[in-house]
Amino acid sequence: MAAITKDQVKHVANLARLAITEEEAEHYTEKLASIIEFAEQLNEVDTSGVEPTTHPVPLVNVLREDEPSKGLDRDLMLKNVPEHEDGMVKVPSILG
Amino acid sequence: MTLFNHSAKELQQLLHNKEVSAVELTDEAFRRIGKVDGDVKAFLALNEEQAKARAAELDNTPADQRGPLHGLPVGVKDNIVTQGLETTCASRMLGGFDPIYNATAATKLDDAGLITVGKVNMDEFAMGGSTENSYYKKTANPWNLDYVPGGSSGGSAAAVAAGEVPFTLGSDTGGSIRQPAAYCGVVGMKPTYGRVSRYGLVAFASSLDQIGPITRTVEDNAFLLSAISGHDPYDSTSFDIEVPDFASALTGDIKGLKIGIASEYLGEGVGEASRNAVKDAIKVLESLGAEVEEVSLPHTKYALPAYYLLSSSEASSNLARFDGIRYGYRAEGIENLEDLYKQTRSEGFGDEVKTRIMLGTFALSSGFYDAYYKKAQKVRTLVRDDFTNAFEKYDVVIGPTSPTAAFKIGEQIDDPLTMYANDILTIPVNLAGVPAISIPCGFDNGLPLGLQVIGRHFDESTVYRVAHAFEQATDFHKRMPEIREGLER
Repeated sequence: MAAITKDQVKHVANLARLAITEEEAEHYTEKLASIIEFAEQLNEVDTSGVEPTTHPVPLVNVLREDEPSKGLDRDLMLKNVPEHEDGMVKVPSILG
Repeated sequence: MTLFNHSAKELQQLLHNKEVSAVELTDEAFRRIGKVDGDVKAFLALNEEQAKARAAELDNTPADQRGPLHGLPVGVKDNIVTQGLETTCASRMLGGFDPIYNATAATKLDDAGLITVGKVNMDEFAMGGSTENSYYKKTANPWNLDYVPGGSSGGSAAAVAAGEVPFTLGSDTGGSIRQPAAYCGVVGMKPTYGRVSRYGLVAFASSLDQIGPITRTVEDNAFLLSAISGHDPYDSTSFDIEVPDFASALTGDIKGLKIGIASEYLGEGVGEASRNAVKDAIKVLESLGAEVEEVSLPHTKYALPAYYLLSSSEASSNLARFDGIRYGYRAEGIENLEDLYKQTRSEGFGDEVKTRIMLGTFALSSGFYDAYYKKAQKVRTLVRDDFTNAFEKYDVVIGPTSPTAAFKIGEQIDDPLTMYANDILTIPVNLAGVPAISIPCGFDNGLPLGLQVIGRHFDESTVYRVAHAFEQATDFHKRMPEIREGLER
């Protein structure tokens, strides 16, 4: 069985909010399959009893004083917003 | 002018004696960029007007308020946000993005009196090993313009090698500082994870990313790392420990130091030229009084597949923020929100970025999480343990930085696994979070090779000491690419 099928690639693209054409789906199926097949060699490693690492240098409970501070200026915040109106971020319709 | 052949220390002396000014140094950087960057293509946005104004201000700073890098020009990788200076991550997605704040590393450059002259090219979102994945331009290797400079910090390494600026910042997730430093014959340091704040570094893989310096010499590198290091309340993974004056570690004395040569780093998949250069380097280190022995890092081979699953998984989550709403590229003429996300992301991201996002989404998706993501996390523990065990006996571990010298532009771009394999010797270091440097150690057909020196967590000082002793005993760092010699006349 292939490491990843074209249907799975389309599913994953949708989860990742990427629109891909039929041609692109084939391209990514081939590219991803070669990488995933390569990754299968991890199965050779005995990891029973091994704890997963999330961060290389462990840190626990980083705390700071909860002190109020001034937020960013609204006009500054809107500087890179592609579309805005009356100080609000504009988006296309969400329903329908 | 040969100004940039001086070390930071010498330049500081020249500034102090008023033999040169910060304004002249800044002008010199732009003169050099103007002369060679048409060929090297290292720079994206330039900061000429502001840099010159700032240099004029810095020339008025009283001598007793100046640090070791005061008034010197620097280039910054384009994934480090710089207030008021376009920051694109070499992606169409962030074309025209004008940051409203500075990364902590950028603030620290300012605090140290450095002058940011511009932003340097990279693989899009730091994903790649050749800088060919930039949406904007392909940077060339200054030693031979037909070859890649490495990546993802290819612009950072090429700009220093070509002599356009004396220092740059890069970032390293799987080798992205060290591999281009090796390919371009310069010095590149990936500090310990947590040494340098990641605040304002556009995130690729948050558990692996680190900012670090690229310079021509080890001493300059140590000065620059001291300047950008330290705990930052805006990055909770930055460590709250003392930042040493790394330059004070450069004693030249490595007598009795225990050095492990990683046997896997001279094995399968590593080219003869790299192996031979490192074997010669061992002789140099032994002649300086170090004890060199073979050490095994048995899980080296599995670091590469584990890295691609983990870094892509983290990237798929980090890059979810690019939605076309709050900043960055936005697809036009779209009627509903869902399509806006999809169209924006499909048009804004390049092929390699989409590949990694999908790979990561797959590895994290229901039904595959345990088999891929969690398995890779466990293998990461084993890779980390390899280093922990080695450092019980050895002060540093060495090996080649990459299996070969630079390859030709276009040669590997269609073959992801071959491209990824260039990082087999740098990736384990990121998985373990330890610091490592690449320094010049030889040439293969006129292209530089790098020696990698890896140290214990937060022991950059010993890494620098070994690198400096080797540098002082050899001449590799004194050779210059022809394109740079042209600038020095």
